[in-house]
Amino acid sequence: MLTFIGKRLFQSLFVLFGLSLLIFFIARVMPGDPARAALGHLATEEQVERVREEMHLNDPFPVQYYHWLRNLVRGDLGKSSYTRRPVTMDLIQYIPATFELILFATLISAIVGQVTGVLAGYFHNSWFDGLSRLVSYLGIATPSFVVAIFLLFIFSQVLKLAPGVGRLPIMMTPPPRITGFMTLDSLMAGRPDLALTALKHMILPAISLAVIHIAQEGRITRTSIVENMQKDYITVHKVHGIRTSRLVFKYLLKPSIIPTVTVMGLDFAFLMSNAFLVEMVYMWPGFSRYAVTAMLNKDLNAIVAVVLVIGLTFAMVNLLVDIITMFLDPTIRLRSEGS
Amino acid sequence: MREQLKTDLLVSLKQKRRGFAKGWYKFSRNLLSVLGLVVLILIVLAALLAPYITPYPKHAKPYTNFKDAGKPPSTEHFFGTDRVGRDIFSRVIFGYRFSLTIGLVVLSLGVAPGVILGLIAGYHKGTWIETVIMRITDIFLAVPPLVLALAITAMLTPNLTNQMMAIALVWWPWYSRLVFALASSLRNEYFVREAELTGASKLHIMLKEILPNCLAPVMTKMTLDMGIVILLGATLSFIGLGVQPPKPGLGTMVAEGSKRLPGEWWGAIFPALAIVVVILAFNLVGDGLRDVFAVEEV
Repeated sequence: MLTFIGKRLFQSLFVLFGLSLLIFFIARVMPGDPARAALGHLATEEQVERVREEMHLNDPFPVQYYHWLRNLVRGDLGKSSYTRRPVTMDLIQYIPATFELILFATLISAIVGQVTGVLAGYFHNSWFDGLSRLVSYLGIATPSFVVAIFLLFIFSQVLKLAPGVGRLPIMMTPPPRITGFMTLDSLMAGRPDLALTALKHMILPAISLAVIHIAQEGRITRTSIVENMQKDYITVHKVHGIRTSRLVFKYLLKPSIIPTVTVMGLDFAFLMSNAFLVEMVYMWPGFSRYAVTAMLNKDLNAIVAVVLVIGLTFAMVNLLVDIITMFLDPTIRLRSEGS
Repeated sequence: MREQLKTDLLVSLKQKRRGFAKGWYKFSRNLLSVLGLVVLILIVLAALLAPYITPYPKHAKPYTNFKDAGKPPSTEHFFGTDRVGRDIFSRVIFGYRFSLTIGLVVLSLGVAPGVILGLIAGYHKGTWIETVIMRITDIFLAVPPLVLALAITAMLTPNLTNQMMAIALVWWPWYSRLVFALASSLRNEYFVREAELTGASKLHIMLKEILPNCLAPVMTKMTLDMGIVILLGATLSFIGLGVQPPKPGLGTMVAEGSKRLPGEWWGAIFPALAIVVVILAFNLVGDGLRDVFAVEEV
């Protein structure tokens, strides 16, 4: 098992290395002068030349990459030309807000997706199944920024059921930053009211992110349940008079967990990319909005860092999913132990 | 001899036609797919004939008419007008031109390299050729396509051409992966072995023996991907890294309109619905094709 994890780790490292090479290459071969971009058009020619020297821009490409990689290992991702601060500091500031949102969205999509999947599967070909199929079609065809705008428009602006944009109302002072998770920080500061407000602000953006994944996870669970319901072991359990709830949760839901976990892992990365849009609509001060700002301002160091962070998260989540699947699925576990 | 050839040709033509009829029969069993096809044909026709059928074709260009700015939907302006008085319905129809162009260009640029690389890697499974191609594929798949496409467009100049190039650059790996899976299993089939034994060249085997058997899944995936690529294009435009205003990109229009919510809701909601409709239509047709070709890989 350890060799399996080691092998996967090596694969992830290789992919990340390749990704850094790819993105660094694109950032450097682009027309335009990164040093000029970093300093703005008011800088003198000498200043630009000095920064070119500092950024090793006069060296050939492999030397530039070597210097960049050496700094990366030390945790130095260069300076953002937009915020004029080290990119690493920006990332530390903005990542928690996005992770809080994504974790909440994952939770929603897991619970709602499983429940609708089980209901649609158990009562398949009923009106509920038809409705969930329709919603899942719509969910897959709707870009997340459209969902975000619709939800904001309907629930916040027309019905006034939910708060508007941001993590907290402007008048409220945020709690002292410890974890960067607004809800946790509020609780730690002894302010449950603040935590509740923060949670309310998270509901609409989290649902906007979750919709497509609810649709997909629901379909997977449904398919698996419909398939397994026709199997002999279910008939045997039914004949033995096992309660329906036990039948569903113990014998029907369990086999569908493995594909669901795999899909959830993939989803996590897609949540990160969809967060780009949802954070824009909801003015969420997170990593994704930082990324969009960096992209709109051609902030090369920040763009490279953003892509790498997402690649790293993707790789780690996939590794985690593989390990979890191995524990859940005895056939995979036994095969990897046998070999 | 010649007569024989002629009848052979006729027979195969008839079989082809019968195959089409059979396929259509299967496709038409699914009412939703037929509905999707009808909507799709309407959208394509409308986009093609946009300058002739839209009520205000001039409004797709830089145009201002502040007298009619911010009008709600009416019989005169089906979807209302935007903040400078342009007819949103006309602009949506012109917006479909951009969406369909993005889908077509991205797929025609991205699919061929993906398929060829997948074919080569699949046929050479277990050799260094496979390792090199598939590991490069993995690198491109290491981040979600949206992120990579955004980063590439941002580093180039954001406009329609660069947007399409960026999406095509992140799209080919999906096809190389799909065709790799197909080709590496087809490689062991008897008809490929037989061709090898009779001394057929590698090129012949890959192009004439393996490739034709990969086409059905590839075509199904292309139909489904049209929807996803259009979605991606609209997303890039929404962020501001795609079609630039005043051009009527659907995503661009949603971004502009959303600044005026909730008062002038029509400016964002109608272009947004237009995006959903075209993606949904492609997905429904793609699902129908999946049933016709009985492919499970995509």
